Amino acid sequence: MWAYVGRRLLLAIPTLLGASIIVFAMVHLAPGDPIAAVMPAESSQAEIEATKRAYGFDKPLPVQYLVWLGRVAQGDLGKSIATRRAVVLDVRDALANSLVLALSSSLLAFALGIGLGLLAAFRQGRLLDKAASAVAVVGVSVPHYWAGIILIIVFSVQLNWLPAMGAADDPGVLPYLRHIALPTLALALIPLGVITRVVRSAALDVLNQEFVLALRAKGLASRRVFTHVVKNAAPQILTVLGLQFGFQLGGSVLVEAVFSWPGTGYLLNLAIFQRDIPVLQGVILVLATFFVLLNLAVDLLQTLVDPRIARH
Amino acid sequence: MRRVVILLLAAVLALLPSGAARAQATLRIGMTASDIPYTGGQTDNGFEGFRFVGYQIYEPLIAWDLSRGDRLAPLVPGLAESWEVRKDAPTKWVFKLRRGVTFHDGSPFNADAVVFSYESIKKKDAPHFDSYGSGQVSFRLASLTGITKIDDYTVELETNKPTSFVPYQVCYMVIVSPTQWQKFKDWRKFAEQPSGTGPFRVTRFVPRERLELEANKQYWDAKRRPKIDKLVLLPLPEPTTRLAALRSGQVDWIEVPPPDSIPQLKGAGFQITTNSYPHNWTHTLRLDKEPWNNKLVRKAANYAIDRVGICKNLLNDTCIPATGIVYKGHPWFGKPKELYEYNPAKAKDLLRQAGFDGTKRPAKAVHLISTSGSGQMLPLAMNELVQKNLKDVGIDIDLQPVEWNTLLTRWRAGFHTPDNEGLNAWNISWNFLEPWSGFGRFFHSKAVVPVAVNTMPYINPEADKLIEEAERTFDIGKQNETLARLHEIIVDDAPWIFVVHDQNPRALSAKVKGFVQPQSWFADLTSVTVR
Repeated sequence: MWAYVGRRLLLAIPTLLGASIIVFAMVHLAPGDPIAAVMPAESSQAEIEATKRAYGFDKPLPVQYLVWLGRVAQGDLGKSIATRRAVVLDVRDALANSLVLALSSSLLAFALGIGLGLLAAFRQGRLLDKAASAVAVVGVSVPHYWAGIILIIVFSVQLNWLPAMGAADDPGVLPYLRHIALPTLALALIPLGVITRVVRSAALDVLNQEFVLALRAKGLASRRVFTHVVKNAAPQILTVLGLQFGFQLGGSVLVEAVFSWPGTGYLLNLAIFQRDIPVLQGVILVLATFFVLLNLAVDLLQTLVDPRIARH
Repeated sequence: MRRVVILLLAAVLALLPSGAARAQATLRIGMTASDIPYTGGQTDNGFEGFRFVGYQIYEPLIAWDLSRGDRLAPLVPGLAESWEVRKDAPTKWVFKLRRGVTFHDGSPFNADAVVFSYESIKKKDAPHFDSYGSGQVSFRLASLTGITKIDDYTVELETNKPTSFVPYQVCYMVIVSPTQWQKFKDWRKFAEQPSGTGPFRVTRFVPRERLELEANKQYWDAKRRPKIDKLVLLPLPEPTTRLAALRSGQVDWIEVPPPDSIPQLKGAGFQITTNSYPHNWTHTLRLDKEPWNNKLVRKAANYAIDRVGICKNLLNDTCIPATGIVYKGHPWFGKPKELYEYNPAKAKDLLRQAGFDGTKRPAKAVHLISTSGSGQMLPLAMNELVQKNLKDVGIDIDLQPVEWNTLLTRWRAGFHTPDNEGLNAWNISWNFLEPWSGFGRFFHSKAVVPVAVNTMPYINPEADKLIEEAERTFDIGKQNETLARLHEIIVDDAPWIFVVHDQNPRALSAKVKGFVQPQSWFADLTSVTVR
């Protein structure tokens, strides 16, 4: 078990290196550069070149990459070009905000999705099943940034119930909840759709197996049958939940931009437009690390739930 | 089940806003900047940074008078009470400083603070050199070469040549508190607890989210002590988010509401303020290559644009037609021969004279445009109209949209790079706040890339002469006359396709009173009240 964890962690290193190289290359292949982005539009080429030299952006790309890698190995993600704050601080604050949003939207999506999916499976073909499927289709097909804008129009502009953007400006739980409510709803849509569908089909697969028929034939109460079905569908559902949670963290760029939610997605969006390479690389590295760890956690959890897929 | 419903209802009710009124008068502004402008003095994010951060926390020696909307904002004494160029040495400017002014940290404003601020921008080996702030502003102070403290309330600035443009440069250098800097000896930390002499002082700084300021009750000019208690600045780069924030009451004021939202905003009781200011939206043409090397074709293009249509139908009157670098009524407008009204027949005629014929031999060009960007207004929609207008008279332009940052980078490098060789123009909006921004950097033969941004290149000995003459003319009235003559020549040469002047629309809630929109990129927030 521990050897397996160790091996997986070691394997994570080349994954992260690969991710960082790809990010570095893509950022530099795109036209426009970080210094030009922070300098005033009126400044001339000569002034830009001088500033570039001062920041070390005139060096060859591989050299720049190695310098960056050397710092990261020492736990230093560098400084933002735009704000000159340590990237670690920016990423830490943003990650905390994104985690909360990912958690709240995942909780909402998981609870509703699992509930709807199971209900649909047990009421297959009936009205409830159709309603659940409709929810699932809407969830996976409606773009969440669009849903976000609609939510803002309805709940912030028309009804004036909830704030349209930002994190809470006053301390306290209530303002916090008020600010996170709409982004949570918007971000929960896609996983809600995905999970409802997966849970429904996973539960149906199990329901159609002969042992369920046998359980029913021996007169087991339907509540007990339900437990058996859920237990058997759990590993497949868990995998999807884990992946979805990861997506929630990395895939919230658009929702965070629409709601100005100060998380990693918002930071990433800013960093892209400002060509703030240290921030960009810092965020991606942290998110990639998170994905790797999350996948590992899901795998381990699966083993615990279903000992048949024990690893060696 | 019923219990769950009741619980959910209770939760929703708890989330509803409490009706508590705000005790303080707070003005909350949604900016277009994607981040809080740099608060350490010499700010970033262009003129929006100056508008809300640079000129609110800090002050320059020479300031803009932003109290009126019926004339171009003039320069007036700021932290300097008076200034004059020395008769015996025309490269030396003596500034008499204002007495009795204190920084937000309580330390006195004096000549040492001016020298300190100057060195933070210009003296690379000084311990208090601010490399970032310097990069933002030093090119605006290009002529300044040295500073000397004469006494506690007098300083002398030196320039590299006699130039009357000095006040137009000094107005961008804001004065920071040396005492506060000494506490940290670090500009980033200073930026989190900044100290200037301006009408507002920073109370809370949340990186990338919000900047909170309070009124400086000790502000030296009693007439300009803020009427509001608190000012909150929020970076809201997404136009829809900004709009929603205003409509849901999270902010009281937004910059640049989307033009198509304006009728609705007005209907909902919001105030829309606009005014002319030194901004133009143009296509800068390449003059060393067909088709724009021919003056007749350039004039034809200028006659082909339906500017009134663009402003009325597309931009809901948030712009006015541009028929030159500056707008009519501006002191530099002069009396140009060509007024470039919408006249497609004349445009076709000019094209025929130039040897082009709509169907048989159309003029062809490739123009680089941006998809968005500061001051670019609605670049895609506007450019499609420009393209259609030109097509109607027989000029085929191929629009190449790129991201804003990319456009700026490629523009600075000039047309003669492998990437840009195939281009014939770029669409970038400009400011013309002072003679260098308006004329010198684009139209002087010595400003060709990479020295400055004469990318076309525009080479005209007469223009060179007039730019130099304006720089030598210390009487501002005579200087304006010279620049008006220059403007007449440039309008006649038509090195740009002049399209529109933005009107700097902003939307204010009905609670906001007392704001005067000046003819300027900047704004005075001290007269504003919030009910």
